[in-house]
Amino acid sequence: MGRKNILSLLILAGVILALPLGLGNSYYLNVLVFVGIYSLITIGLSLLMGYTGQISLGHAAFFGLGAYTSGVLSTKFGVSPWLALLAGIFVTGGIAFLIAAPALKLKGHYLAMATLAFGYIVFIVFNQASSLTGGPSGFGQIPRFRLGNFLLRSDVHYYYLVWTLVIVVLLVSLNIIHSRVGRALRSIHEGELTANIMGVNTAKYKIQVFVLSAVYASLAGSLYAHFITFLNPTPFGFHFSIVLVAMVAVGGMASVWGAMIGAALLTILPEYLRAFQDYDILIYGSILLLIMMFLPQGLFAGILRLIKKER
Amino acid sequence: MSLGDQLLQYLFTGITIGAIYGMVALGFNIIYSATGIINLAQGEFVMLGGMMMVYLTAIIKLPMVVSFFLSILIVTAIGAAFERAAIHPLKSPSVITLIIITVAASILFKGGAMFAWGKHTVSLSPFSGEEPISVLGATILPQTLWILGIMAATVALLILFFGFTLTGKAMRACAANRTAASLVGINVKTMVLLSFALSAGIGATAGIIITPIALMNYDRGTMLAVKGFSVAVLGGLGSNVGAVVAGFIIGIMESLGAGFISSGYKDAIALVVLLLVLFLKPSGLLGSRERAEFKKF
Amino acid sequence: MRKKGKIVVGVVVAIVIVLLLVGPLSIWRWVPVLRKPAVAYKVGAIFAVTGPAAWLGTPERNTAKMIEEEVNAAGGINGHPLEIIIEDTVGDATRTVTAAKKLITKDQVLAIVGPSRSGTTMAVIPIVEEAKVPLISCAAAEAIVVPVKSWVFKTPQKDSHAAVRIYETMKLQGISKIAIITGTTGFGDQGRKQLKKLAPELEIEIVADETYGPDDTDMTAQLTKIKASEAQAVVNWSIVPGQVIVAKNMRQLGMKIPLFQSHGFGNIKYAQTAGEAGEGIIFPCGRLLAVDTLADDHPQKEVLAKYKKEYEAKYEEDVSTFGGHAWDGLHLVIAALREVGPDREKIRDYIENTKNFVGTGGIFNFSPEDHSGLTKDAFEMLTVKNEKFVVLE
Repeated sequence: MGRKNILSLLILAGVILALPLGLGNSYYLNVLVFVGIYSLITIGLSLLMGYTGQISLGHAAFFGLGAYTSGVLSTKFGVSPWLALLAGIFVTGGIAFLIAAPALKLKGHYLAMATLAFGYIVFIVFNQASSLTGGPSGFGQIPRFRLGNFLLRSDVHYYYLVWTLVIVVLLVSLNIIHSRVGRALRSIHEGELTANIMGVNTAKYKIQVFVLSAVYASLAGSLYAHFITFLNPTPFGFHFSIVLVAMVAVGGMASVWGAMIGAALLTILPEYLRAFQDYDILIYGSILLLIMMFLPQGLFAGILRLIKKER
Repeated sequence: MSLGDQLLQYLFTGITIGAIYGMVALGFNIIYSATGIINLAQGEFVMLGGMMMVYLTAIIKLPMVVSFFLSILIVTAIGAAFERAAIHPLKSPSVITLIIITVAASILFKGGAMFAWGKHTVSLSPFSGEEPISVLGATILPQTLWILGIMAATVALLILFFGFTLTGKAMRACAANRTAASLVGINVKTMVLLSFALSAGIGATAGIIITPIALMNYDRGTMLAVKGFSVAVLGGLGSNVGAVVAGFIIGIMESLGAGFISSGYKDAIALVVLLLVLFLKPSGLLGSRERAEFKKF
Repeated sequence: MRKKGKIVVGVVVAIVIVLLLVGPLSIWRWVPVLRKPAVAYKVGAIFAVTGPAAWLGTPERNTAKMIEEEVNAAGGINGHPLEIIIEDTVGDATRTVTAAKKLITKDQVLAIVGPSRSGTTMAVIPIVEEAKVPLISCAAAEAIVVPVKSWVFKTPQKDSHAAVRIYETMKLQGISKIAIITGTTGFGDQGRKQLKKLAPELEIEIVADETYGPDDTDMTAQLTKIKASEAQAVVNWSIVPGQVIVAKNMRQLGMKIPLFQSHGFGNIKYAQTAGEAGEGIIFPCGRLLAVDTLADDHPQKEVLAKYKKEYEAKYEEDVSTFGGHAWDGLHLVIAALREVGPDREKIRDYIENTKNFVGTGGIFNFSPEDHSGLTKDAFEMLTVKNEKFVVLE
């Protein structure tokens, strides 16, 4: 997977270990927990968008499916949070698999619409299946994770848990990218027809990546559910699907590192902008607009290119 | 109410909702046809049209007709300015970049409207009275007839424009193949500008005529855009007649769904049908297959 | 190209410098000497200032700012200036949780007023319970204080009281079969639950139960179904714009049966937006909106008239009951601070034992078993007459 990536991973691991020492304050760690949770989703989304060139405007639904499966099973049926997390992955992966086959035959905006519609339907189910989901009011008292007898309760615990999983997911993803599968995926982006002629089973690979990205989102959802301990449908709507795509685009969808940078920027930025009160949405919108106008390949690619040029 | 009366009422309701969706979808089509962009700020043009109209009639107190055309003009100018400022300077951007730019623009339009007109929901008095028209035990608002009429006129004008004027044909050429269009001497960039102006104008018209029924506030655009986009895709992106037909289909399904199945699941019913149509005919009801093929991410 | 590259480097460097100077990663955090010693009493406020419920959070925010100015102009609380730190929920549970953690750990506030909505309040309850910070919610849902959570209070009147008042009014009018139509938001959903739960006790039969999405443009389909039922009245429980559209749609369908709304109708703007269709709507509401018709010796009269006058003079817009909820919450905290000083636990205890506190929402009597403090008498049944709210005869 390349020396550069291993080095980057080690640096990331070092920074992750060191950060809580500097930021003792739980609020900053809380923000970083969300950065980690969202990174899990955007890494998967960048595999889908950046490497295979397929778009999804419905990933918030997979995030929500993970969160709700995990939350409902552990709260209402007494399943341990870890098992519930696994169950979430299977449920979400299964649903993703079912919709992937017909949906990925669609192209461009039609695929965008199909994923959007799927996301919306899931959102409606969260709202309406109130005997399970609590409906629009949601439900609380979701148990937290336990390691043996140790209850993960503070932001620091979740910070380490979430970021450990981010590293694992990064490792898996980088391995995929640099394997035969990764080359096949890129060939789909370059030209699906050519790839097909060269003997790449494009349909199979597209479905696999779609399911993998849904599984990452489900994992993120379970972490979210057992961290916040309260769920209602609002965080899993269309709006969040768009935010996820924006994170990937801002960071640079051609790289999993870019996807993480995008998740970090668009999560931390609103926290900075709190001081601006109502004006925050104007500033947020302007920053998003300027990045996309002047760094259309995303921040990561933009910065890389600069470093190369300066040399 | 007898079952027959109810059915007729659901139909009328569906037509009202469908006409609203169809009007929003028309705006999507113009930009898509000329540029291949899904403009997620389309809903904001609709919102701006409605809010501007309320501002001009209720605060500035201009006459209805003047405000109507002035609002459309102002929003058209906003659409054109947006294209010049944010789309024009880009060199061969990817479709994803363009989508996120329209998302950013929609955030800015929303924010601007919030500061300009506040956060309250506003309404507009209907063009010709509020007395419902009774037909065989069911009722329909005169405003719905206005929406239907203006939508028919818009579609007719669009068909004439794209079918019989040089500019319209040039815009279609850009949609089919940008490189080829520029090779035969069409100024592609001007066509893009024109498409943004035109769809902003149509969006504003939609906003103005639906506000008396649906009310308006600064936050309303996104959901209207989602519905409009669904309708445009179901009809087949780029097909204006398709948009109108699909609008009615979704509207009527929502209202029948609410009436006979469950009001909570009515949107889901319409979306499931939309998904099935897409899975069976991936280019929408009246869309052409090649058109669906050539836009990639 | 090189020049352009330099510009971009410059911009990036500038951004990094700004990020280091302000916000979470600021270098000042490592220089404690530079931080001023805290003398002000800090109180947090979390309101839906932007997003879909901005109409709710904005009057709350305005009220908080007004109170802060007033208190400080009068010399603060026992000489300590009052600092109200206002955070925006954007209507999103995740952002609200972050806001609450910021207020608690970074700003170290003594108490929190808000959030504005039921869903966001439920999301922060685990946090304040664990951090042991008093929270006074401005949201209506019963579930916030039932069962009682030791650190959580609320100022708006209870959903169940609103439902009871609606049903009692119906019985006086001889109505027994009704239809309910609710929005699929936390508020609408909680209302629906209370309406369904309380109906049998008050001998009301619900013959139609419909819902609609917060962004729906037309509810005639649901209302047609209701019209075909034998309902003698309709209860709509939602927030704008639904509550206005329902009124208009009922008029379109020629439905003559009375329309009842929830206490979420508490802003005269809604009645004005509904126009003719709004006439005759009946809803339960705090006395704030009918202060002009209140008898002079009513215990709330003075508080209500003062708040209404000051708010309307300062912001040039009509007062709403929502801003009143923030007024009640903040003044409870201020009263506590005045008596017991800056101690979270003592503030909690003080509020829990507060009796006969005259607020805009009613007269509050808290106890360890009741963290809402109001009875159903806090509600007055109002109706719309000539685009004005008047007490229902």
